[in-house]
Amino acid sequence: EGYGLGREALPEEIAAWNLDVSPDGTGLPVGSGSVEDGEYLFSDNCAVCHGEFAEGVDNWPKLAGGDGTLARKDPVKTVGSYWPYLSTLWDYAHRSMPFGNAQSLSVDETYAIVAYILYSNNLVEDDFVLSNENFLEVEMPNADGFIVDDRETTEYPIFTNRCMENCKESVEITMRAAVLDVTPEEEGGEAAAAEEAPAAEAATEVAAEPAALSADPALVEAGEGVFKKCKACHQVGEGAQNKVGPVLNGLVGRAAGSVEGFKYSKPMSEKGAEGLVWDETTIAEYLKDPKGYIPKNKMSFAGLKKDEDIAAVIAYIEAQSK
Amino acid sequence: TPDPLITEVQPWAQGWGDGVDATPYGLPIRFEGDVVRRNVGWLTADVISSINFTPIHALDGTITPAGCAFERHHSGAIELAKEDYRLMIHGLVDKPLVFTYADLERFPRVNRTYFLECAANTGMEWAGAQLNGAQFTHGMIHNMEYSGVTLRTLLEEAGVKPEGKWIYVEGADASSNGRSIPLEKALDDCLVAFKANGEALRKEHGYPVRLCVPGWEGNMWVKWLRRIEVTENAVESREETSKYTDTLEDGTSRKWTWVMDAKSVVTSPSPQAPIKHGKGPLVITGLAWSGRGAITAVDVSIDGGKTWTEARLAAPGQDKALTRFYLDIEWDGSEMFLQSRATDETGYVQPTKNQLREIRGENSVYHNNCIQTWWVKANGEAENVEVS
Repeated sequence: EGYGLGREALPEEIAAWNLDVSPDGTGLPVGSGSVEDGEYLFSDNCAVCHGEFAEGVDNWPKLAGGDGTLARKDPVKTVGSYWPYLSTLWDYAHRSMPFGNAQSLSVDETYAIVAYILYSNNLVEDDFVLSNENFLEVEMPNADGFIVDDRETTEYPIFTNRCMENCKESVEITMRAAVLDVTPEEEGGEAAAAEEAPAAEAATEVAAEPAALSADPALVEAGEGVFKKCKACHQVGEGAQNKVGPVLNGLVGRAAGSVEGFKYSKPMSEKGAEGLVWDETTIAEYLKDPKGYIPKNKMSFAGLKKDEDIAAVIAYIEAQSK
Repeated sequence: TPDPLITEVQPWAQGWGDGVDATPYGLPIRFEGDVVRRNVGWLTADVISSINFTPIHALDGTITPAGCAFERHHSGAIELAKEDYRLMIHGLVDKPLVFTYADLERFPRVNRTYFLECAANTGMEWAGAQLNGAQFTHGMIHNMEYSGVTLRTLLEEAGVKPEGKWIYVEGADASSNGRSIPLEKALDDCLVAFKANGEALRKEHGYPVRLCVPGWEGNMWVKWLRRIEVTENAVESREETSKYTDTLEDGTSRKWTWVMDAKSVVTSPSPQAPIKHGKGPLVITGLAWSGRGAITAVDVSIDGGKTWTEARLAAPGQDKALTRFYLDIEWDGSEMFLQSRATDETGYVQPTKNQLREIRGENSVYHNNCIQTWWVKANGEAENVEVS
């Protein structure tokens, strides 16, 4: 029967590769680890990308927080807010992490790190010890948050209208890509590729530390690029005027909501009245999360994720103001 | 005036070109240097776990050249020699087996052409028009002719036990990228492939062996395939729970959303491929595909979806493979809101973005197969827009 090709897999070979762990605990090895040990291990092995408190650095995944955000715009999906099974976390950490040094964590170390991630999500106490014995007792908050693909009943019966004429009355533009202007510059293949690689490397190297403000010409130049995202609404430099957003000359050092002749949102004017002054720290916090920092202000911009982009754009605005 | 390119003898018409030993393995001529994969730096934290995009705006036909077919890695493209390659089948089987690369070459072989689309293709466009170019909005796709062994052949060699309902597949790279696939699909049309477009798989596409899961999201097409475990239940690993699940407006999420629904896009004219010749004859072209079978029709609208004209398919639609369409028009030089809309053999008609949003909201990330609009202006330039 069959082709008689291949050879029988040996038990040791299967054991070496068969590491996956299922929701019912199948595949979970005997062992344990504490939140306390996990904190040190996490700091050494994980925090460079995921942050000391699992809050995520830069664009790397957040592992904690996000509770109750799944139904709002831009949900924050973390182990605590989203992952349905603890087995997934244990399996992934053990088999594929740390990034660049996979399969270097021992079984007990993995238990400890998983325990710490649970702790950082407020799912266990600080004296908790996770083991194969109590593994299935841990309740994941979003365990019931999933349904099996239902497109067959919710979508396929509806998406059948192949209208050919008089399909709608009017066509108006409701959104344009040029407004956001986040498309990478297109240049000749080789040149573009060569430029892109070092920039990406540099970005990951500095990602862990907030970039310092300086008049570094390279930073100002980088800021000019970042400023393209602001340009649709803001002007800066000689002859700059208020547009959709206020003029940015002299931004660093001025009170929030203080540009003459610009109609600010109520929350922004109030912040200024309360004494908020724009400096590199407050601008950076605002640009990281404009809607979070000053809720209901009218700047419709998602924010800048990278610290170095923020530092660059501030440097550029300062340089242009002089 | 007479054209000097015609009236004067040109150097290429007089002297020698390259000898046949100049380029043992060729690359495109230097004038095509801009037809390359591109990435979007701000999308991911690092290029090692990231994605780039096929320059579909500059290609024609349906087969994607491997050298510019998009890449997606979770832990970088690894170098794995054929001699070091092992494939294990174990779990609920009669006989757990290990194959070498040479073993795989001795099983009966098939050739099949399939598209591979990342579940996140067009994912950045859920909340609104964002990236300006077909490469960026729709370039997480490629279409190749694969040579390999059917997964059914290998599973039958090991003998699947009756309790086996799923397979779990993983790669040899550090991410392992494990995915669970229902046994029914595994036995239906999945391939264990080692050649694409006639040549060995490229490193970035899983050399020496990858899995093909036709019509289903690209993440399941495990590269550097090293292990197939037959299981009773889905493993629910990271790539099928925390990722590649689709969150709906009320916060619940769909899981196991494997199939890629019918979709199409006009590749030219488009933002990266503007009209440069002014009014007169214009070739409108693009690609259509469906993970549920063959494309049966593609309609094109130049007025933002008020009226539609059936386009010409370059060849009859093929099962789960890219279809090229053309609409040859006489352009009057006025602005157009250019759209395409695919219909597949199940009768499914590609929806608008608003139709999708009504059911899913804006947070799904994956499986955005909406109708795309290019605003082609009177000067021939095009922009990614959303229309009412």
